[in-house]
Amino acid sequence: MKTILNTLYVQTQGSYLRLDHETLKLEVEKELKFQIPLHHLGGIVAFGNVLLSPFLIHKCAEDGRNLIWLTEYGRYKARLAGSTTGNVLLRRCQHQAVDSPESTLAIARYMVAGKLQNARSIVMRAAREAKDKTDKDILSKTAQIHAESIQNTETASDLDKLRGIEGYAAKAYFGSFTQMIRQNRIAFTFTERTKNPPRDPINALLSFVYTLLTNECISACESIGLDPQMGFLHALRPGKPSLALDLMEELRSPLADRLVLTLINRGQIKPEDFTERPGGAIYLSEDGRKTILAEYQKRKQEEITHPIVGSKIPLGLIPHVQARLLARHLRGDVPSYQPFILRG
Amino acid sequence: MFAADEYVMLSALQHFAFCPRQCALIHIEQAWAENIYTLRGLRVHEKVHQPGDELIEEGIRIERSLTLYSHQLGLKGIADVVEFLPDGTPYPVEYKSGSKKSRLADNIQLCAQALCLEEMLDRPVLKGAIFHHQSRRRRKVLLDDRLRSLTLQTIEQTRSLLALGKLPPPVKDKRCDDCSLIETCMPHAVNYFTESAHQNNPFLIK
Ligand code: SF4
Repeated sequence: MKTILNTLYVQTQGSYLRLDHETLKLEVEKELKFQIPLHHLGGIVAFGNVLLSPFLIHKCAEDGRNLIWLTEYGRYKARLAGSTTGNVLLRRCQHQAVDSPESTLAIARYMVAGKLQNARSIVMRAAREAKDKTDKDILSKTAQIHAESIQNTETASDLDKLRGIEGYAAKAYFGSFTQMIRQNRIAFTFTERTKNPPRDPINALLSFVYTLLTNECISACESIGLDPQMGFLHALRPGKPSLALDLMEELRSPLADRLVLTLINRGQIKPEDFTERPGGAIYLSEDGRKTILAEYQKRKQEEITHPIVGSKIPLGLIPHVQARLLARHLRGDVPSYQPFILRG
Repeated sequence: MFAADEYVMLSALQHFAFCPRQCALIHIEQAWAENIYTLRGLRVHEKVHQPGDELIEEGIRIERSLTLYSHQLGLKGIADVVEFLPDGTPYPVEYKSGSKKSRLADNIQLCAQALCLEEMLDRPVLKGAIFHHQSRRRRKVLLDDRLRSLTLQTIEQTRSLLALGKLPPPVKDKRCDDCSLIETCMPHAVNYFTESAHQNNPFLIK
């Protein structure tokens, strides 16, 4: 199996990255701070004021290495796109599937069902582990709602109904998120999902990790040759990476939410790791982001047995594998898109 | 005789002879095409630094990366090395790096190169060689009638596969073990799909 290459996250403001032969060098105020052979890197994520030499950018474009620019606080700004490659026939099949209501609904159903399965399993696990009776009850109720919703996805007659089912389950899921928190529960109370900007620490954490995951899903689509904007479940809107967001649905719980919960429950992320900006937006401190990135990288190396591919795969490669499974389906190789379901 | 997009790449013949699906993945799906170029680059690089690899006799002239074509057969490609014997007879040598691929596939590719050379230079090419980088061995290949007709057959089969634009199913055998496209191909996911999809049924509550 393909090895999972590291992503270099550069957070130090004023860093300069340049290429010296095949080695990437990171300098801060003309002083060399870090170097690594470029071929060890699968991607580079630059936060805020990070400069990159043109030669490094060219080389990344040539090799198809990801290069992503975020703001200092982790909001997505831009990504490098080299010349268009990949399979035009695959893209055409994708467009045809998007144009066909039946194909779209079929793919979207599998995606939503996969998402709800993964959300349900995280909730059920929390319910099993909960000591408090009220917590247990709330979580069990949420798991029950998911079970019913999953069954409804199979028969949903159109996309709107499917989205309604998903929205209803998501509301229950986030409504019981606090019940999955076992440390610093007062500081980490969660009421509803708020974005742009996040208004409490959990939302800040989720937004940050979701940004990382979205970018990985976009890269996965692009490296497989799928158009990341042509989605099935998410509506098509200019500038919106709908397909990447589709693929991300089933990965949110196992890859992002679980990580956030673990970091809080192990006390690795504490209330002090957040700052409030004027206007009530809550942001993660630089140290907090560092902790998350380190744990995120570690989690990506963990291996699981993929139910469809049948071999062991690091979690970090799941977006790629899923994009490939979707491509196989769109090209008529297999009769359905199979979402990634993490059992247990 | 052939339209520009009906020309078959010499490398496609070798891929086809190894596994038709591999051929389709590379030449239709353009899967990992960049990796193949990377590999090729690496190979050339190695060669430049190991001049002792080739024992060349006096009077033999070498052309590297020679563009080959046959308008009659609708073929195009690049030969790694063509040696020209003192009497001017071309002698194609195909370099193989890394894992063992099918011998027959290599022979077919070499033979197709010879067919191009025959048309381009208007003289018979009856022999060639495969150079295995790992073992540093040269294997002589006789371009006899049997190999020629097999090659012609492969050219036609490859052309129809590429014209169809569809992926044939995976071959399901030990070729997959040393195929560099196994991740893109997902032979397991395709061949055992029904079984694994049954176990992965997302609508089922467990
Ligand atoms: S993995 Fe097997 S079936 Fe797929 S291309 Fe390679 S040899 Fe052919």
